[in-house]
Amino acid sequence: MKDHVELRSGAYADSVTLLQVSRAVQATPGVLAAQVAMATGLNLEVLEGMGFDVPDSSPNDMVVALRLDDDADVAAALAAVDAALTPTRPTSGDTTVAPPRTTGSALRRSGSGAIALVSVPGASATVEAMDALEAGHDVMVFSDNVPVAEEVALKTYAAGRGALVMGPDCGTAVVDGVGLGFANAVRPGRIGIVAASGTGCQQLLALLHHAGATHDEVGVRWALGVGGRDLSSAVGGTSTREALRRLDADPDVDLVVVVSKPPAPEVASDLTSYVDTLGTPVELGLLGRGQRDLTAVAEAVLARLGHDAPQWPVHGAHNTGPATGPLLRGLFVGGTLCDESMLMATDVLSPVRSNIPLSPDLALAPNERGDLLGDGHSFVDFGDDALTQGRAHPMIDPTLRNEQLARAAADPSTGVVLLDLVLGHGAEPDPAALLAPAIAAARSDRPVPVIVSLVGTDLDPQGLDAQCDALVAAGAEVHLSNAAATRRALDLIGSQA
Amino acid sequence: MSETRVMSVGATTPTVVACGADMFADAVADQAVEVERVDWRPPMPGTEADLARVATDPRRTEANRRAVEAMLGVTAHLVDVAPASEVLGLEKGQFLHAGPPIEWARTSGPLRGALMGGAALEGLVDDPEGAAALFESGSNVSLEPCHHRSAVGPMAGVVTPSMWMWVLEDRATGRRTYCSLNEGLGKVLRYGAYNDEVLTRLRWMGDVLGPLLQAAVRGTAEASDVTGILTQMLQMGDEAHNRNRAGTLMLLRDLSPAMVTAGFDGKDVADVLRFVGGNDHFFLNLAMPACKLALDAGRDVPGSTMVVAMARNGTDFGIQVSGTGDEWFTGPAQVAEGLFLGDYGPDDANPDIGDSAITETAGIGGFAMATAPAIVRLVGGSVPDALATTRRMHEITLAENPRWSVPVLEFQGTPTGIDVTKVCRTGILPQINTGMAGAVAGVGQVGAGLVTPPAEIFPKALAALAARVPAS
Repeated sequence: MKDHVELRSGAYADSVTLLQVSRAVQATPGVLAAQVAMATGLNLEVLEGMGFDVPDSSPNDMVVALRLDDDADVAAALAAVDAALTPTRPTSGDTTVAPPRTTGSALRRSGSGAIALVSVPGASATVEAMDALEAGHDVMVFSDNVPVAEEVALKTYAAGRGALVMGPDCGTAVVDGVGLGFANAVRPGRIGIVAASGTGCQQLLALLHHAGATHDEVGVRWALGVGGRDLSSAVGGTSTREALRRLDADPDVDLVVVVSKPPAPEVASDLTSYVDTLGTPVELGLLGRGQRDLTAVAEAVLARLGHDAPQWPVHGAHNTGPATGPLLRGLFVGGTLCDESMLMATDVLSPVRSNIPLSPDLALAPNERGDLLGDGHSFVDFGDDALTQGRAHPMIDPTLRNEQLARAAADPSTGVVLLDLVLGHGAEPDPAALLAPAIAAARSDRPVPVIVSLVGTDLDPQGLDAQCDALVAAGAEVHLSNAAATRRALDLIGSQA
Repeated sequence: MSETRVMSVGATTPTVVACGADMFADAVADQAVEVERVDWRPPMPGTEADLARVATDPRRTEANRRAVEAMLGVTAHLVDVAPASEVLGLEKGQFLHAGPPIEWARTSGPLRGALMGGAALEGLVDDPEGAAALFESGSNVSLEPCHHRSAVGPMAGVVTPSMWMWVLEDRATGRRTYCSLNEGLGKVLRYGAYNDEVLTRLRWMGDVLGPLLQAAVRGTAEASDVTGILTQMLQMGDEAHNRNRAGTLMLLRDLSPAMVTAGFDGKDVADVLRFVGGNDHFFLNLAMPACKLALDAGRDVPGSTMVVAMARNGTDFGIQVSGTGDEWFTGPAQVAEGLFLGDYGPDDANPDIGDSAITETAGIGGFAMATAPAIVRLVGGSVPDALATTRRMHEITLAENPRWSVPVLEFQGTPTGIDVTKVCRTGILPQINTGMAGAVAGVGQVGAGLVTPPAEIFPKALAALAARVPAS
C-alpha cells in the first residue's frame, strides 16, 4: 500500500464535480482510495480522517490524494484523475425534451386552437378530457366505458365555457374535413352532421359522398359526434345543442343533419324546440320504430338541396341465390348499422333477438351450442362493450365475428347472413382481405347468401372499389346502403318462407 | 380565422393532440394534420376512480388558480433575527424538528443526535449522551414539527428556545415564517452531530452571530427582498437547495455595511463575515422560509390539489395539500442516491430528512436543476439530464413562476405548484436535491444526492381529496 498526495495550485472544480471525480478514480484498478478535493478545512479533515498526510495548502489548491496497491502505477492512476476531470462534451441534438405525459401538457405545447382526441381506457378518459376543457379546447372522447355521471360532469363544465365534448364513446368525427377516430374520407361541401352514433354518421358520410360526386355542395365538412348517450335523459343533449349552435353560426353550412339512435322522448322534444330557433334548416334523423332509415334520411337531405336520390350502388347480385334456410343472421361491427337493420327486420320478422335488443325481452339468449347466434333471427353487434372487453374493436380485430360467420354458415337453419364492413381512417388497412376468405369459406359447403353493407368512399385509404371487388369475388353481394342491404336480405328470407 | 368557424382545426396551423391509441394519431397524421402525441401511461395503480372524481370536482380549477395566484403573489422580506423563545414563544423543553410529527421511539439517528445536542445546548442535560433517557421518559420535553409553528428547519431541523431565527414577512398580509441560522457543513447539529465542536459553534452563533445579524437587519434601511435574491441567484447557477453560493454572497452584500457600523467588536464582525462568506449554504435558511411563506399563502383552499409542504423527519416523508388542511400524508423516507464523503457509503446514510424540500415544493431546488447543472452530477448525470429534470417537473406542476426563470430554458419560469393529481396520473415523482446525514447519531454529513418521495403518499392524498368532493 502506498499513498500519493499532490497539490495542484490554480486548479479548480466545484465540489460536486470533484466528488464525482473521486468516485471515478476509486473505480480504477489498483486504487484503494481516492479523494480529489479543494483544500478547504472540511475537506482537509476528511483527508486526515482517511489517513492522508496533506502538505500545507490554501483553500484554492486542489488536492489529489490516492492510496494504491504496492505494485500499482501512479502515473496510470493520475491519468484516471485527469480523464475524470476533463469535462465531457454534450451530445449534439436536444434529447432533453421528452414527449408530454398528459393531454394538458401536450396542449400547452401545441398552442391555442388544437382539438384533443382522447382514446385511453374509459377509466382514465374523463381526466384527460378535463385537461382539454380546462385549457379551453374542444375534445373528442373516443373511449367507451366512461360512467354516465362523468359524462354529465364533463358536458356541464364544457357548457359553461362554450366548449364542445364529442363523446364519450364517440367513434367518428369530421372536423373541417379532417377525419378523427373512425371516419371516412369525404369531399367537403355545405352539409354539417351532428351524430350521436358513429357508424350511423359513417353511413351518412358514405351515402352523401356518393351522391355528391355530381353536385359540389353535397358534401360534408363537419360531422360532429356527440356520443351515443348524448340524447339520453341523463345527459339531455348538451353536446348536440352546442354542436348545432356552432354549425348554425357557420355561414358555409347550408343544412344540418342530426343522426342518433333512439333518443329519450323528452330530450327529442326539447331538441325539436331548439332546432326551431335556428336559422339553418335541420334534418332530424332519429332512428326508432316507425322512423326513417338512414338512407331515407340521406335522400331527404338531397331532396332539400334540390336533388333526386341516386341509384345506390349494388355489386355482386349475381352471387346471391335463394335463402338456404328460414333464419336471418346479422353479424355487425357497427352498432347503429345493427340497430337500423334490426328496426327494419322487426317490421317483417318476429322475434328478432340481439345482444343490443330493441327491448329487454328480445335479449339474445345463449343457445345450447354456446355460440352467439341464438335459435331464431338474430343480430349481433360485435362492437358492443361486453364483447370488446379485453380485445380490440372488431373494426380492428375481426376474429370473433369471423368465427361466428363460420358457425352461422354451418347452421342449416341460416337462410341469409347480413354483414357490414366499414372503411375509413382508423379502420384496418385491408379489411376485405380478412373478411373475404371467411365469406368464401362460409359459402364453400352450401351457397348461403351473404349480403354486405360496405360503408366507405372512393377517397378512403382502403379504396372502396378494391374492397368491394374482393368481397364480390368471395361470393358476397355488396351494398353501399345498409337499408338496401337489409331490405334485400329480408326479401330473400321472405321469399323462402 | 372567422368567428363563425365551428372549430379552429383547419386554421393555418391545424393541430390535434392525440392521447391514447397510436392508430388514431397515425390516421390524423396521414391527413397531413400536425399531431402532438401524448406519451400516456396508466396512472398509479388504483387511482382511476379518485382521479376522475377529483378531476370533475367543480371547485378544482378555480381553487388551484387561487392557490397558485396566492403563492406567486408573496414577496418575502427579511425583517428580523431573534431567538426562537421570543418569536415563536418556544419554552425550555420544547423542541421543533423537521418533517411530519414523530415520537422519540421512531426517530432516526440524525434527529436523535440533533435533539440530544439541542438538549445540551439548552442546559437540560450536561452531557448530550444523557439526553436519550430524558426524551425516552418524555417528561418536560415535547416534540413538534417546525411546520406547525410557521417554521422550517433543514435536515434534522431541530430548533430550541435559545436558537436565533430568521424572520421573514409578507408585507401585504403581515404573515411571517421562521428558520434557524445555518451552521455550515460537516459536523453540525442539523446532520445529527452533537460533539463539543458542534455545541461550541452553536453557542457562538447564539452569542455573536445572532445578535450581530439582528443588528445588521434592523440597521439596514431597505429590508432584504429574499424573493428577489432568489430570482437573481437562479440566474447565477444556484438552485437554492444544494447550491446557495450566489445567494449567500448577495445577502452579505446587503447586510455587510450595517454589520460593520453596528458597533460590534471588529474581530466579531470579521468572524461573522468569514463564517457567512465561507459557508456556501448560509442562504439556504433564507430560501426555505421564503418558500414556506409563499406556499402557506396557498393553503386551505377547498378543492385545491396543490401540494403546500413536503417534509421529512428521517423516518417518514410527509406532504400537506391545500385542499386537505393540516393533514399529513406520510410514507417511509427513502435513501438518497448520490456521492459520499470520504469512506462513507450508502450503508452509512440515513433516510431522507429535513424541511428543505420546501424549496422543491415552491418550484426551485431539484425543480430548477436546469439552472444549476452541476447539481445533477451528484448522481453521475449530465447537463442534458439537468434540463430534462426541470422539464419533467413541468409535467406535474400547475404553473410557471414568472419571477423565477431559467435562462438556459429560454427564461421559462420554474415549474410551480405540485399537483397531486398529475403525480398520480404520470407516476412522475418530485425530484429533490438533498444532503445525506449519517444514520448513526453524532456522525454528521456523509454525502449529498437526489431523492424522491415515497410514491404511495400521493394516492393517499388523492383519496382524501376525492373524499372531500361535494356530492353533486
